[in-house]
Amino acid sequence: MVTSATSLGRSGLHDWIIQRTTAVVLAAYIVYLGSFIFTADKIDFPVWIQLFSQLWFKIFSLLAIISLSFHAWVGLWIVFTDYVKSHAIRFVLQIIVNLSCLAFIIWGALILWSV
Amino acid sequence: MNNKRPINLNLFAFRFPVTSISSILHRVTGVLLFVAIPVVLCVLQMSLTSDGFAEVKSYFANDLIKLAIWLVLSSVAYHIIAGVRHLLMDAGIGETLEGGRFGSYAVIVLGVISAVLLGVYIW
Repeated sequence: MVTSATSLGRSGLHDWIIQRTTAVVLAAYIVYLGSFIFTADKIDFPVWIQLFSQLWFKIFSLLAIISLSFHAWVGLWIVFTDYVKSHAIRFVLQIIVNLSCLAFIIWGALILWSV
Repeated sequence: MNNKRPINLNLFAFRFPVTSISSILHRVTGVLLFVAIPVVLCVLQMSLTSDGFAEVKSYFANDLIKLAIWLVLSSVAYHIIAGVRHLLMDAGIGETLEGGRFGSYAVIVLGVISAVLLGVYIW
């Protein structure tokens, strides 16, 4: 079945847990990054590059990008299975989304480790 | 698998109580944020070189780009607020019909407030 084969977790319960775990990681990352930017005196290049050159922040950022990709995979699967009637179109959309999600992880890792 | 599940929902055949509005906004902001991912990654990549950082900073002066940033950040805020409500409901909080309606109103009101505050911060 296209429906279960294109889902990330292969089961509703697995997807449910992935969606919540990744959501918590993303919320933590966004709150941290947001408060960093909001509380900094000013964000200039040295401050910015200093933030991204710390190993723990690279790992935190990569974890956030992986979480974002998995979260989007599960979320868009739900949206597509609800609204896209044609199996062929849905299959193509899901493959595009899923490959994009994997590409975002690779791209993100390359960006983070270029610093 | 149970194939009698209701799928392929026709949105035009529905009435829209507040609970469905907060839910569809959660989906709309999610789809919008997915589309924004490659743009954000591009900007992040640029911002991590010295010349690129200056260029990104110069973009932020443009009002159309400010509008796009506001739209993305407001979507993030709404998506997180609606997500927190989901987690609360998973924990059994606000699962009744009244609780669900109240939660939906709360999510929309908080979403509008954060969008306004983000607008003030950006402009």
